[in-house]
Amino acid sequence: MSSKKLNLKDKYHLLTRDLEWEFSYRDRKEIFQQEEFEGIKITDWSKWDDPFRLTMDSYWKYQAEKEKKLYAIFDAFAQNNGQQNVTDARYVNAIKLFLTGVSPLEYAAFSGFAHVGRQFGGVGARVACQMQSLDELRHVQTQIHAMSHYNKHFDGFQDFAHMHDRVWYLSVPKSFFDDARSAGPFEFMVAIGFSFEYVLTNLLFVPFMSGAAFNGDMATVTFGFSAQSDEARHMTLGLEIIKFMLEQHPDNVPIVQRWINKWLWRGYRVLTLVAMMMDYMLPNKVMSWQESFEVYFEEAAGSLFKDLARYGIEMPDYAADAIAEKEHLSHQAWSIFYNYGHAAAFHTWMPTEKEMDWLSEKYPNSFDKYYRPRFEKWREMEEAGERFYNPTLPMLCQTCQIPMGFTDMENPTITSYRQSVFDGERYNFCSNGCKDIFDYEPEKYVQAWLPVHQIYQGNCGGADMEDVLGDYYKMNLGSDNLDFHGSPDEARWNSWHNLEPAEDKLKKAS
Amino acid sequence: MSKVYIALQDNEESRYIVEAIEEDNPDVTVIYQPAMIRIEKEGYLVIKRETVEEKMGRDWEIPALHVNLITLGGNVDEDDDQISLTWNN
Repeated sequence: MSSKKLNLKDKYHLLTRDLEWEFSYRDRKEIFQQEEFEGIKITDWSKWDDPFRLTMDSYWKYQAEKEKKLYAIFDAFAQNNGQQNVTDARYVNAIKLFLTGVSPLEYAAFSGFAHVGRQFGGVGARVACQMQSLDELRHVQTQIHAMSHYNKHFDGFQDFAHMHDRVWYLSVPKSFFDDARSAGPFEFMVAIGFSFEYVLTNLLFVPFMSGAAFNGDMATVTFGFSAQSDEARHMTLGLEIIKFMLEQHPDNVPIVQRWINKWLWRGYRVLTLVAMMMDYMLPNKVMSWQESFEVYFEEAAGSLFKDLARYGIEMPDYAADAIAEKEHLSHQAWSIFYNYGHAAAFHTWMPTEKEMDWLSEKYPNSFDKYYRPRFEKWREMEEAGERFYNPTLPMLCQTCQIPMGFTDMENPTITSYRQSVFDGERYNFCSNGCKDIFDYEPEKYVQAWLPVHQIYQGNCGGADMEDVLGDYYKMNLGSDNLDFHGSPDEARWNSWHNLEPAEDKLKKAS
Repeated sequence: MSKVYIALQDNEESRYIVEAIEEDNPDVTVIYQPAMIRIEKEGYLVIKRETVEEKMGRDWEIPALHVNLITLGGNVDEDDDQISLTWNN
């Protein structure tokens, strides 16, 4: 036996490619039944190459090292009452949104990659999907573990998995992943490997996590960066599968282009939640949504599309729509949640004067003109004891499932509204992107489980909002929902820090 | 020319990796943000095992980068001696 150490490339080939075997008594088509129906043509799976050339043994070695570092920090955070050292208790609401809206997606990604990993005929792709599937399972576990500490001290964390499947705004991220997992294996790879990993996770896990660090949340920044270190591998895989499909056959190009158009827009719409987390839910600001968007969407996606131009792939038209919205998105999203703060499992609030000044400075073309006057009016109403809650249920976009609160960028005071008729029924959309996605596959999107429709149809517990929110969504009414001011979270925070609520100070002074 | 980038967790190990990157990529831009270090450069960026080992004063292998890595952008090419990021546009 030679004791010579194998180099990385040889080792990768031995531990991936050489795991493959020939099927002698079954037809390949019978084994990989989903490989052809999407129209993608693969002529030679051996051309697949994993740029990181990661093998199972080094995967376990480095993942174990990441986990040890991570859990040491979770322990330190819990032992030292880290929950008391975040900037202020409003911040924790971003983490509630993360646990209910994002962590269950990690679980969906785990199941999705386990599924498509089985469907690909090439062993290199199968091994990469297997590792990604394990990564995603690690992410959901570490996130639940990290945030379980907050569950001991704050409201709104207790029923995240139940809520993810039912609550109106959580249907936005949930339906994104359901859409991807009910597509074929190649479309799933474009949806998740490309759109979700390459475009979405960077915005969530890099500037937002840097913001978590800046707000004293050691546990969240650590799980965030630890997850994103896996995502760096996933992004590389996402890019690889796209290049692989494009190089295999020219007939694949228009199919891949259509998927890219669709999923870039779908992913961007899910980012709406991240936009408001960045601008409104981080008391200490690192960078604005617009600044993050410019670095991680415009610049990063711009470089990528220039690289893909040699295959005939173009930047989707919808990218221009996304760019046009960058000065508006977070403000419109926060307005929607402030309106429906009684129906959300986290707290909302109006920004302080200082925070509004920061928004004016970061958004000189939009904030003072369109949003500040409305926010100041809402603040006045709140001070007069008439905090505004919208008593009606909103119309939802049939595709992205977000309430129809986005406006026309040519005229930002008019609601953006599109519609299509299919099989005698009219469907509503927030944007050209969402309408086009529906129009291409109406049979799929007419089946969307739209939370507002379901409530009106009587499928969500009962006729009253208390039945829906309390019994069906399992929110603890009066503590999980409503404004941050006056919440039990605020009272606990004030008692830890010997702070007095502003109202009590006023009463004492008068 | 598009910029390739890599972001590392701001910690003791990354400090040496950043020093090595700066030595091997003269025109690199290093940006310090809360808890992270973003490094960007037009077109091409390389991390060489030998330079990192020299800075750390101990053995270090390329896949160990994953422990401190946050994200990256560009086409990746990795072997035993180096990992590089490239945009050919």
